[in-house]
Amino acid sequence: MSEPTKHDEHHIVSPKVYLVIFLALLVLTTLTVAASFAELGIFNPIVALAIAVVKAVLVVLFFMHVKYSTRLTKLTVGAGVFTFLVLISLTLSDYVSRAWGRW
Amino acid sequence: MSTTIISLPDQSTARVPKVNYLTKENGLLSWLLTGDHKRIAMLYLISISFFFFIGGALAGLIRLELLTPQSDLMATDTYNKVFSMHGIIMIFFFLVPSVPATLGNFFIPMMLGAKDLALPKVNLLSWYLYVAAGILALYAMSTGGVDTGWTFTTPLSTHYVNTNVITTGLAIFIAGFSSIFTGLNFIVTIHKMRAPGMTWFRMPLFVWAHYAASILMVLGTPVLAIALVLVVLERTVGIGVFDPAKGGDPLLFQHLFWFYSHPAVYIMILPGMGVINEVISTFSRKRVFGYTAVAFSSVAIAVFGFFVWAHHMFIMGVSNYAVLVFSLLTMLVAVPSAIKIFNWAFTLYKGSITFETPMLYSFGFMGLFTIGGLTGVFLGTSGTDIHLTETYFIVAHFHFVMVGGMLMAFLAGLHFWWPKMTGRMYPEKISQLAAVVTFIGFNFTFFPQFVLGTLGMPRRYASYPPEFQILNVFSTAGATILGVGYLLPVLYLTWSLKYGEIAGNNPWQATGLEWQTQSPPLTENFIETPIMDHEAYDYEWLERQKEKEVASVG
Amino acid sequence: MSDSPVITQGALEAAHHEHPPYQRHHFETIGQQNDATNFAMWLFLLTEIMFFGGLFTAYLIYRNWYYPAFVAASHQLNIVWGSANTAVLISSSFTMAMGVWCAETRRKSGLVLALVLTFLLGLVFLGIKTIEYSEKIEKHHVPGFHYSIQSFVNPASDPVAAAYGDKPLALDMAGKTELYFFLYFAMTGMHALHMIIGIAILGYMIFRARAGAYTSGHVTFVENFGLYWHFVDIVWIFLFPLLYLISRHQ
Repeated sequence: MSEPTKHDEHHIVSPKVYLVIFLALLVLTTLTVAASFAELGIFNPIVALAIAVVKAVLVVLFFMHVKYSTRLTKLTVGAGVFTFLVLISLTLSDYVSRAWGRW
Repeated sequence: MSTTIISLPDQSTARVPKVNYLTKENGLLSWLLTGDHKRIAMLYLISISFFFFIGGALAGLIRLELLTPQSDLMATDTYNKVFSMHGIIMIFFFLVPSVPATLGNFFIPMMLGAKDLALPKVNLLSWYLYVAAGILALYAMSTGGVDTGWTFTTPLSTHYVNTNVITTGLAIFIAGFSSIFTGLNFIVTIHKMRAPGMTWFRMPLFVWAHYAASILMVLGTPVLAIALVLVVLERTVGIGVFDPAKGGDPLLFQHLFWFYSHPAVYIMILPGMGVINEVISTFSRKRVFGYTAVAFSSVAIAVFGFFVWAHHMFIMGVSNYAVLVFSLLTMLVAVPSAIKIFNWAFTLYKGSITFETPMLYSFGFMGLFTIGGLTGVFLGTSGTDIHLTETYFIVAHFHFVMVGGMLMAFLAGLHFWWPKMTGRMYPEKISQLAAVVTFIGFNFTFFPQFVLGTLGMPRRYASYPPEFQILNVFSTAGATILGVGYLLPVLYLTWSLKYGEIAGNNPWQATGLEWQTQSPPLTENFIETPIMDHEAYDYEWLERQKEKEVASVG
Repeated sequence: MSDSPVITQGALEAAHHEHPPYQRHHFETIGQQNDATNFAMWLFLLTEIMFFGGLFTAYLIYRNWYYPAFVAASHQLNIVWGSANTAVLISSSFTMAMGVWCAETRRKSGLVLALVLTFLLGLVFLGIKTIEYSEKIEKHHVPGFHYSIQSFVNPASDPVAAAYGDKPLALDMAGKTELYFFLYFAMTGMHALHMIIGIAILGYMIFRARAGAYTSGHVTFVENFGLYWHFVDIVWIFLFPLLYLISRHQ
C-alpha cells in the first residue's frame, strides 16, 4: 500500500500524554486510599466517588480517545451515563421517599 | 375514482428475476452461514412464526379453560404454567423480534440504500442466539414449564415455586442478547451506512421508529439480563439480594425488571408504528403529515419510556410519593403516541385512499391501538389503577396494544412487503377477508375482557365466579374467529410462493428505495449505490421517474 | 452526457484503488468500516454500563440500609491487595494504550511487547484476586456456602476485625454482611469474567500481532479491544472505592 489508510481526522495520541495520564491515575489512587483513612464524615463517600469519577473521566477522554473523537462518540458516552443515572435516581426516588428521614 | 393502486406487470410475459437473493446460492449451508440481511430476515420470519403458533396454541388452551367457571380442562397448576409460557413465548420470542428482526432486518439496509447491515456476522449470531434461546425455552416448557407468569415476580420465583425458573430465565437471558445485537446493528447501520443524499430527514419513518426501538434494546435489555442473573443466583445459591429474610428487597427486582420491561413495550410497538407510516402514506398517496413531528415522537417515546416504569408497581408497596411522580411521568409518554395517531389521521385527510390488505390491517391498528393506549391512561392514573390492576382490564389493555396494535402492524407490514420479499402477490380478496376476520375476532375476544375487568374478575386464575361466564364465552368464541384470521395468511401466503401473480418491482407504486429495485432483490440490493435526491414519500418524484422510464423505452 | 467522463474517471480510480483485503464487501470505504465497527464497540460498552448498572443500584440501596454491616464487612478485604490490584490494572490500561499507539505508528515489536505486558498484568490481577477469594473461602465469607457471621458478632476472635477495632454487630445487622459479600463476589466476579474474556482475546491478538496483522494500517481491532480493556478498568476504578474503601478510619 502506498499511503496509510485515510482516517477522517484520526488523531494519534502521543505516548507522552498516555504517560502523564498513567501517573495521574496512580497519584489519584494513592489519594483515594489515603482519604479513606481520614475521618471526613459525610464527605468520605463523596471524596471517594469524586476521585473515581475523575479517574474514569481521564481514562475515557485520553486512553479511550473520546477527547479526539466525533460528536457521535461523545453523545454515545453521554447517553450511557444518562441512562445509568436515570436507573439509579428514579429507583432511589422510591427508596428515599418510602421512609422519609430514615434513609 | 380507482379502487386500487395495484399495478402489476403483464402476467403473460413477466418472470420472477432469475438472479436474486434467494437463488444466488443453494443448499442448507448457504442459508445457515449467510451474512445476507435478507436471508437472515427470512430465517427469523420462519422461526418467529413457529413460536407465534406455539404461543397461540397456549392462548387457545387458556381460552378453552376459561369457557367454564370451574377449572375443568386442566389442573390449576397446569393453567398457571400455560399462561406463563404463553406470555414468555409471545413477548420474548415473538413480539420483541417480530417486526425488527424480520421486516426491519430485511428493509432497513434497503431503505437506506446500503448493501447490508453494518455487521452481518453479528446479525447471523443474533439469529443463532435466538434459536438457542428458543430451544432452551421449549426444553423448559416440555420438562415441566414455569408458572411464575412472564414477570418472574420475586419472592414467588425465588422461593415458592419448584418449576423450571432457571432454564427459562437463562433462555430469556440469551434471547436478550439476540435482541441487543439486533438493536446495536440497526443503530450502527442507520448512522454509518446511509447512501449518498440520504440525510436523517429523508429516511423513511420506518427507519426512525426502528432507531428509537434499537436505543431501547441496547440500553434496556442488559438490566433485564442482570435481574434474571440475580434471580437465578438467588434460587441456586440463596444470595439474599431479593430475600427479605436476609435483608434483601423483593421490590428491587421489580425495579430492575420493569426498567427493561416497560421500555420493552415500546421495543414491541415502535417498529409496528414504523410499518403503519409506510402503509398509510402509500395507500393514501400522500406524504406523512408532520414528518418531523412523527420522527421525533418516536425518539421521544424512547426517551420518556425510561422514566415511567414504576407504574407497573403502584400496588406493590412503593412509596406514595414515587407513585405520584411516576403517575405524572406516565402521562408524558401518552403525548408522542397521540402525536402519531393524529398525524396518521391527517395523512388520510384528503388522501386518495384505497383499501388494499395492508391498509385494512393499518386501520385495524389505528383503532385498536387508540383504545389500548387510552385505557393505558386509566391504568397510569394511580387512583384508577388500584381498582383495575390485576384484573382482566389490564389483560385487555395490553392485548389491545400488543395484539391489536403490534400484531396488526406486523401483518400489515408482512402483506405490504411480501411482494418485495418473494416477488409474488398473494390473493387480494381472501387476504382482505382475513384482515376483516382478524379485526372482528379480535374485538370479540378482548372487548369483553374490559368489561370483565371493571366488574372485578382477577387475572391469572383458572376458575371464576359463574356470573362472569357469559362474557368469557364471548371471549372464547372470539378467540376461535381470531385463530381463523391468523391461520388464513399462513395458507394463502404459502400458496402464493408458487402460484401468486408476479409482483414486479413496485406493485403499490410506493416511493421507498426498496421499491426501486427488482423483487426479490439482488443479494447486493441495488445494481449501483442509489443516490437519494428527493424527500421521503415524494409521489411526484415517483411520477417523474415513471415518465422518464416511458420516455426512454419509447 | 457532459458529466460522463467524470464518472468514468471515478470508476477507473475506484478500480485502480483496490480495496485492502480486510475491507468487507458491503462497505464503500475502509473509513466507513472503521467508523462503523468503532461505533458498534461503543454501543456494546453502553450495554455493559447498564449491565453493571443493575448491580451498582443494588449496592447503593443496601449500603445505605445496612451501613454498619457494610463497614465491618469491607474491613475484611485486604486494602494492600486491593490497592496493588488497582495499580496493576491501571498499568495494564497504560500498556494497552501504548499498544494502540504502536499499532497506529506501525511498530510491530513494540505492539507485541505491549500486548504481552497487558496480558501478563491481567494475569497478575487475576492471581491477586484468587488470593483474595481464597481468604474469603477460608473464613466462610462466601454467601450461600456455609456463610459465617463469626467475625462480625465477635470481632475479637478475628484478627482483621480486631485490628480495626470493630464493635460487635447485633445478630440482625451481622447477617446483612452476607449481602455485602454477595455484592462483592457478584461485582468483582463479573469484572473478573470480563478480564478472563479479555485475556483470552489478548492471547489471540499476540499471535496475530506477531504475524504483523495489526501493523499494516488495519488497527481497528486493536483499538476496539483497547476500548473494551479500558472499560473493564473503569469498572474497577469504581469497584475499588465502593467495596474496599467504605471506611478505613475508626
